Amino acid sequence: MARYTPPEQSKAGQVFDIAVVVVAIFVALWLPLKLGLAGAAKSIDPLDAKTWDALGQNATMASIWEKLGYTPETAHDIIQNRFHYIIDWPTLIIMAIVLIAYFVFLFRASDKEYREVINEKFDDK
Amino acid sequence: MTAAVETGLTTTIHGDRVSLLRVLGPAHVWALGVGIVLVGEFTGWNFSADKGGALAALIVCWIVGLLYTSVAMIDSEVTSTVAAAGGQYAQAKHIVGPLMAFNVALFLVFAYTMLEVSDAILLGDTIVAKAGVEGLTHNSFIAATIVVLAWLNYRGVLMTLNVNFVITAIAYVSIVILFFSVSPWTQGAVLKLNELVTPGNALPYGWIGVIAAFQFGIWYYLGIEGTTQAAEEVRSPARSLPYGTMAGMITLLIAAAMTWYVCASLMPWEYLGITYYPLWDAGKLTGSPLLENLLFIATLLAALASANGCINDAARAWFSLGRDRYLPSWFSAVHPKYRTPYRSILFLLPIALAFAFIADLNQAITFSILSGVLQYTFMSINIMMFRKKWPLGTIRRGYTHPFHPLPAIVLFCLCMVTFFAIFLGFGSQLIAMTVFYFLISLWFHFYRYRFVRRGDQFSMPWPKPQGY
Repeated sequence: MARYTPPEQSKAGQVFDIAVVVVAIFVALWLPLKLGLAGAAKSIDPLDAKTWDALGQNATMASIWEKLGYTPETAHDIIQNRFHYIIDWPTLIIMAIVLIAYFVFLFRASDKEYREVINEKFDDK
Repeated sequence: MTAAVETGLTTTIHGDRVSLLRVLGPAHVWALGVGIVLVGEFTGWNFSADKGGALAALIVCWIVGLLYTSVAMIDSEVTSTVAAAGGQYAQAKHIVGPLMAFNVALFLVFAYTMLEVSDAILLGDTIVAKAGVEGLTHNSFIAATIVVLAWLNYRGVLMTLNVNFVITAIAYVSIVILFFSVSPWTQGAVLKLNELVTPGNALPYGWIGVIAAFQFGIWYYLGIEGTTQAAEEVRSPARSLPYGTMAGMITLLIAAAMTWYVCASLMPWEYLGITYYPLWDAGKLTGSPLLENLLFIATLLAALASANGCINDAARAWFSLGRDRYLPSWFSAVHPKYRTPYRSILFLLPIALAFAFIADLNQAITFSILSGVLQYTFMSINIMMFRKKWPLGTIRRGYTHPFHPLPAIVLFCLCMVTFFAIFLGFGSQLIAMTVFYFLISLWFHFYRYRFVRRGDQFSMPWPKPQGY
């Protein structure tokens, strides 16, 4: 197999490639934050009676909350702030498809590149 | 600067003049792995209590411990055989292919950079909370932490990991001291587990909460696989890497169990699930100023050790990308005096700083976990391919892990559960990040790969893989 000789990349081309990667990193990490997509679905289930008992705290728990500086009123929003786990099937299916498609592409394209590497490495000998 | 460095010819593996130094032993490998991870006991793991309750946090501590034991076993075998900087990146390059290697290096850089960001935020918030001064913000502490640790990494790997060994050991001992100070063998005196974790509140969301808790359960051990980044700088990779990694994993399993027991026995799960400082709070709740101050200092040291190790690992993964021309070879320069990948260290510095100021702790942790789980999924498939392409006896392995393929299957299954757990809280971020990796893979495969030499990427003295 003929040995592959990569083209020389200009300095401007190298700087451009670095810029592409950096911009992609920032978009991937920053965009979900900016669009408010980050974070889990939690919401407060309010109670009318704000007592340790109503909040489901026994005497030991109540004494620890108080040691930490909380009253039933100030602890209410922490204790009643709950996850509501609902399986959103369309999103779950989209997530599964995206993940599977990504890994399939990754392994297939890698294998194609890997065969070139192995052919050049071992056919040269 | 030598001509060799300027042209990006940097390492002895590729026959060049300036290389990374082989100066590390098993203790440094332990310090790198445990140093990165131990901060997870000081913050992060407890968010799993928020997602599923105190008992869920314990269940995932054990099950995720199994996941990471599989990671450590698999990693020890592959890395003791593929001993090159970049760790899992070098493994992917030799076993799966260039595109996978490119992705794995990005997983590593993302996971460690965002973990570094989380560490810096934790350190800043802890100091601000302790100071209690109105108007004081964490920004200056975050910036100082990232810049000073980058400088330390710039100056040399031996000093960096010597520092890590000392501060990690102090932080670890503080957990042991806390554990034995609260009379763990007696309930009722200080610890009140029976009254805090009751049949009524142990699993407030049922078993779906246990699955959801996997997301932050990862934080108990995330980063132990970073030991492999030192592969090119340890004196004896075949001995030091498996020994340091497995010792680190045992250390962490003990620390995680002690941490859960003490914290769950001292505070209600609702508070445990939202505090940024579970161990420091545990110290406060014992009523001992000595323990409170010890755990405050240990929280800072654990955050420092972790950020320090993360800078080390992220820079080496980025450096490896440059060395193979997956990214411009400018990044592959080794400092002629300090023998560190200094350009990679400096390049990643502003990225870490930027995210430290725009992300909060919870989000930074999630970004790091996402990249980690993608990487573990790769590792479970990678070991199967490694054993198939080079069966036992065909090449010399520094370590052969037992029970193959059980650890790989366990790892793969637990990764699938963790993806589902992430979906339950951060599904949009998972999709956004996967789309990013997909697009950047297209860019690499159809454009960037043209600048990469083909046969030179395979640098191990192995026979041709079976099936090729």
